[in-house]
Order: sequence, then C-alpha cells, then structure tokens
Amino acid sequence: MLLPPSLYSRLAGAPGAAEPLPVERNPAAGAAPFRFTPRPVHFPRDHEFFEDGDVQRHLYLQDMLTQVSETPEKSMVPEFTCQVAGCCQVFAALEDYQHHYHMLHGNTCSLCSRAFPSGHLLDVHILEWHDSLFQILAQRQDMYQCLVEGCPEKFKTSQDRKDHMVRLHLYPADFRFDKPKTNRGPAMPAAAEPPARALKDDSDAMEISEPAAPPPCRRTYSHRIPSTVCFGQGAARGFKSTKKRNKQH
Amino acid sequence: MNLITPARVIAPPLPRPHPLSHAPHVQPRPSPRAESGFRSVQRLRGCMLSPHAELSSFVSLHDVESAALQSQDALRKARREQQLVSKRLLREDAQEEGEGQSAAVLLGEAEVQQFLRLAQRGTDEKEREKALVSLRRGLQHPETQQTFIRLEGSMRTLVGLLTSNRALLQLEAARCLHELSHSEQSAVAEACLPATSYLLTYLSGHSSDFIELCLYTLGNLIVESEAVRKQLLPQGIVLALTACIQSPHVAVLEALGYALSQLLQAKEAPEQIIPSLLDSSLPQHMLRLLQPGPKLNLGVAVEFAWCLHYIICSQVNNAMLLAHGALPTLAMLLLDLAGAVQRMDDVGLELLACPVLRCLSNLLTEVPVEAMEQMELRDERVLAALFILLQFFLQKQPTLLPEGLWLLNNLTANSPTVCTSLLSLDLIEPLLQLLPLSNVISVLVLTVLCNVVEKGPAYCQRLWPGPLLSCLLNTLVLSDTEVVGQSLELLQLLFLYQPEAAQAFLQQSGLQALERHREEAQLQDRILALQQTAIHCELQKP
Repeated sequence: MLLPPSLYSRLAGAPGAAEPLPVERNPAAGAAPFRFTPRPVHFPRDHEFFEDGDVQRHLYLQDMLTQVSETPEKSMVPEFTCQVAGCCQVFAALEDYQHHYHMLHGNTCSLCSRAFPSGHLLDVHILEWHDSLFQILAQRQDMYQCLVEGCPEKFKTSQDRKDHMVRLHLYPADFRFDKPKTNRGPAMPAAAEPPARALKDDSDAMEISEPAAPPPCRRTYSHRIPSTVCFGQGAARGFKSTKKRNKQH
Repeated sequence: MNLITPARVIAPPLPRPHPLSHAPHVQPRPSPRAESGFRSVQRLRGCMLSPHAELSSFVSLHDVESAALQSQDALRKARREQQLVSKRLLREDAQEEGEGQSAAVLLGEAEVQQFLRLAQRGTDEKEREKALVSLRRGLQHPETQQTFIRLEGSMRTLVGLLTSNRALLQLEAARCLHELSHSEQSAVAEACLPATSYLLTYLSGHSSDFIELCLYTLGNLIVESEAVRKQLLPQGIVLALTACIQSPHVAVLEALGYALSQLLQAKEAPEQIIPSLLDSSLPQHMLRLLQPGPKLNLGVAVEFAWCLHYIICSQVNNAMLLAHGALPTLAMLLLDLAGAVQRMDDVGLELLACPVLRCLSNLLTEVPVEAMEQMELRDERVLAALFILLQFFLQKQPTLLPEGLWLLNNLTANSPTVCTSLLSLDLIEPLLQLLPLSNVISVLVLTVLCNVVEKGPAYCQRLWPGPLLSCLLNTLVLSDTEVVGQSLELLQLLFLYQPEAAQAFLQQSGLQALERHREEAQLQDRILALQQTAIHCELQKP
C-alpha cells in the first residue's frame, strides 16, 4: 500500500482538523431497493470478526512459555547474612535476600517481632495487640475491623470478625493472619520445627524469634520499609517478547 | 446493512505446509509472525500493480490467505467453542533446564508425600527447599498434579508452606501453586481454592517477584474455574488489585494486567465483575497506564488495552469511560503507535494495536452523532496514524486489516470532517489498493467509500475523475454477493451525485458487468435499478 509521503510529516505535525466540505444529501440516496446508511458498527466480545485478533492474543500468551525461560540468572554473590538483629539467614543471591527481607522484615512489628505480609495487616495487629486505648474502646464499641481491605464492617470481638470473614468473604476459618491475641511464649527457634506439630495448630507460623509477649502499651513507631525499596535489583522482566525477539534479530 | 460477510473466501485446500501451523496448548515456536508476514507480502505486492488485477492473480491472493486461515483453523475452532484458554507460565528454571533435566517429572503418591513431608518438617533449610523444588518439577506433569490433589492434606501443607516464616520456602511453595494453576483441568484449579485468600493478601506486600508470581497464578486460576472467580470477588480481589496497580514495578503491572484480563474475560463478567470494577478506581489507573509517553511500557500497555477492550465490549458503562477521557487517551496512543512504526521500532506493536483499535471502534458507537464533530477524533493525525498502521498490518499482520478498516468506518460514518480529511490527505488511492485482498476487506473498503460518497456532490467531485470506477468494475466481476451488493450501493450514490460517472460506467461496459448478477436474488432489484439509472443518465446527456 503506497502512502502519500506527506502523510508521515502530517503525523508529526500539529493537531488540526480539515474544514469539512458541505454536506448535501439527496433524498433518493439509499432509497429502496438500495439500503445504505452510514453507521458505526459495534461488535460484541465473541463476534466472529474478532477471531483472528483473539487467536493472535492467545498465541502471544502461550508464547510466554518460551520467553520466560530466559529470565536473567540470579545475581550470585559471596554468602552473606541478613543484617536484621536476631535474623541469621544466609544468602548467596540478591534476589533471594530481597524476597526474604520484604517478606519477613518489611512489615514487622517492632514490639513483638511478628512479621506480616502487608502494611495493612501490620497496622491492624499493632492496633489490636499493642494499643491499650484500643482495648478500652473495644469494651464500648465495635472496634475489630474486617481484614478485607475496603470492607467497612467492624465487630465487637475478633471472633465475630472471623465469622464475618468466613461467611461473607469466604475466607478460611483458620486464616493465618487473623489469630486472636494470646500471651503465648516465644516460638521455637527458627531452625527447627517439631515434627509432631500439625500445621493446624501452627499459629506461630509468622513468628520469627522473640522474648515473651510484652505487656500492652501505646502504639509505637513501627519498623517499616518503604515499598519501593528494591535493593538495586528491581523487577527485571518487562515485555519479554521484545527482549527475546531482539535477541533473535 | 450487513457490514461483514460471515463466509470467508476459501480456496481449495493446498498441500503445502504453512509456517503458522501449530495446535493450541503445544509449546509454539517463538515469533511465528514475522516469517509468515514476509511471505504473504511477497505474494500480495506482486498483485497490486494496478486496479485491473487479473482474476487469476486475485485468486492467488486468496490462496495465500486461505493457507494462513487453515493453519490457524484449530485455534479458531477452539475460540468458537469458547475453549480458547490462554495461560501464562513463569518458569524460573533457566539454570535447571540448562543442566539437561527433563521439564516434567512424573511422581508417584509416595514420592509426593515424601517431598511434602520433607518440605514441612525437614531439619535443614536447604533440604526443605530442595524437596519443594523436586515437587515443583513433578507438578509440571499433569498426572503428578492429579496425584497431588487427590492426596489428603497436600494442599493444606502447601498452603502452610506458602504462609510460613521461611521466605524461600514461601517462594517455592508459590511456584508449586503456579504449576498447579497451569493445569488444563478445572479440578486441579479448584483444588487451589484454599490458597486464594493468601494469594490476595500477598498482593499488598512488597516483594515484587512474589507478587508477580501470585498474580500470574491467580490469573491462571481465574480463567480455569468459575468456582475460583466466585470466591475471589467476595474475598476482595478488586480492591486488592486496585492497591497493587499502584506498584512501580513493570513486571508486577504486566502480571496484574494479565490477571485482570482473565477476570474480565469471564462469561459472567458483564453482570458479576465489571460493574464492581467500574465502581473502583481501576479504570482510571488503567487509562493512566495507557498514556503515551516515555513511561509507557509495551508489555503493560498490551495487557491493559485488552482489559479495556473486554470492558468496553460489555457495554456496562462506557459513558463513564468516556467521561474519564478514554477517547483522547486511546487516540494519542494510536498516534504513538504509528510513530513507533515510522521509527521502525515496531516489534510486537500489533499486539497493542489490535485492542486499541477495538476499543476506539466500539467506543465510537457510543458517541452521539452531534458530538462526533467536536472531538479529538477529527484530528487529521488520527487518520494519518490509522493508515500508517494499515500499511504496517499489510506487512506484518494482514489479518488485522479488517479491524483497522472497521475503525475507519466508525470514524467516517458520521463525520464530514474525517471524510474530508480522507480526501485531502490523498488516502483514497491507498484505500483502493486494499480492495483485492479479501472479501471481508472489500466490503469494508466499499463501505468506507460509501460513507464518503453519501455526503453529497462536494465529496464525489473530489473522487472524479479517478480510479474509483475501474475498481468498482473489477469488484463487479466477483461472485461474492456481499461485495457486489456493497459495490451497487456505492454506484447508486456515485451516479446520483456525479452523473458523469454513470456515463463513463456505460462506456466501460458497466451494463454487461451488472448483467452477470441479474439472477442473484439479493442483488436483482438493485441491479435493475442501477441499469435504469445508468441508461437514464445516458439519455439525459445533452
């Protein structure tokens, strides 16, 4: 298809519209037996018209099978230990350490060292476990908020909250991040877990190491890492197909 | 008016193999597209020398297209039966595969149990990790997946490891789940239900690799099982995704777009999913990620463009999308795409162009006629961009030409401005060059020309003299009723507004060309009427 050369400079030029030519229709136009009327056409999602494009989309997604196997290798480094006090995990790859740090030290309560998967759950924990004001208010009003972000419901007890999450939000009854507050002692040392312990009772799943649970106190500053910290690695994947195809060409 | 011919032109089956042939669910060769596109264009170019293409060379164009069509027939059939399930698999085993290990290992029940036990209760950290890696390799095999889900307590153990305090075990457990999510059997996907609340919870975390894995896993589970989708909505997936979409990590965004596109593709999406999604701030975020500019990432944009396409198709609340500026965003993106084509920076561009064209075209049907003349889409650059993309499709992805022409129809139908631009930018001849490519394309091109011509004599004068009439005489030689019918419509309008065209038509044996189709039921009336009009115009000559 031969395009006029001026088209390319038009694309790069300033925005602008043509002055429309005068429209002057004859009533006989499109009159029977003819039937043309101009109209924009809508296609629903499953229309046959989309077949080819959808197949291409499918091939692209499936194609990722081959693309992803070329993920860059881990940056191997001399072994080093996690610098967080009390953590003695050793690492030989930066990506492993990055994951470890985010998962276990990223949202950690500085008062009892429990780690949480998100800032939201950490906040809820600190409020419900370490805030004496919370305890007082909870006697008078519904304070236990639903853990599902965006759900505004609050409850009198953590049990009520759990019931709500199970019934309405279809959460598992043993959801690990909704344990009722206990005065349980320290968890077992990180290196070993007793074989006899069934996972059902493993409510210490998120504990790392600690002294006895401290008495309730006012909420203190919690030890949190900004979410954008990424140890210089960043997520290396991008448009994988481009990378691969560029390599081929 | 029926715009699209349901039946494609199918030439007799050809014995030669086609580079595009492969079945679904089989690991495809990388980049099949470039190769076949090049072959197609060689044949096409040879036939585009003049509007007076011989019938034989016309047939050969169809040969090329039909070979391409046939080889993808398996995939098309799957789509028609709504069996086209696309999934992504992240396999981080570049190293392991390099050691020559076979990818999928069949594990027996005892072995699965042993690995699980070792992972859960082993004393040595490394041993536990290795056990999970072995399990994961096993889970690449469908039979091992079945064995796993039938084993009592296996998912429970896996979830326990997923939520344990050992980051690397968590990661391996998540990878095991990811393998399971890739299964083609919904029973396996449903066995993963106990894990979904945790996958969602982890979306608010900070480990981008982990989040990416969770998202792809969720996306795969979503597409496989309605039971999973039914659970994810009350579990708060929309809000979890809304929080996650603010991540700065490109890989996370691409994964999120994928998961969301699978959610939006669900058959119950228009009723159950899209309304609550439109209530969230996700649409604004999606449009933000489609803004052209230096921060635009192609992989991310592709996913969200498809998401937008599914939303727009559903017609749940496109007015809201319009209010959020979807049209200008998409129009600017179109310009951006054309610019990339011009810079020859076009690898994979068709993957983004396709959904963008669809979004624009479908959105345009919701813009009232009066508003068409007051919008960004009157901008000539949009038309320029579209044609640059059409040319790109011709070379790289001819199957997308109809979609581009569909947008052209929706742009020109109710807009004198765009029709005028089409004339003033000299785009009619390039448009005519597309006529011989296929019946579907012919009908679309003719419809666009009708859009222009029906606006009156001022428009027709700009088309006369010109190649239009010879092209129409060529289309009349064809047998496809739809194509011929559209040609008749165009001729009627042309004769009405440009009587000299009727005279020239007669001189070039137009009546005989019409006569061919006189027996065709769908065409008879119009043929007769045209013949009479042509003669009438002849008699009117001074």
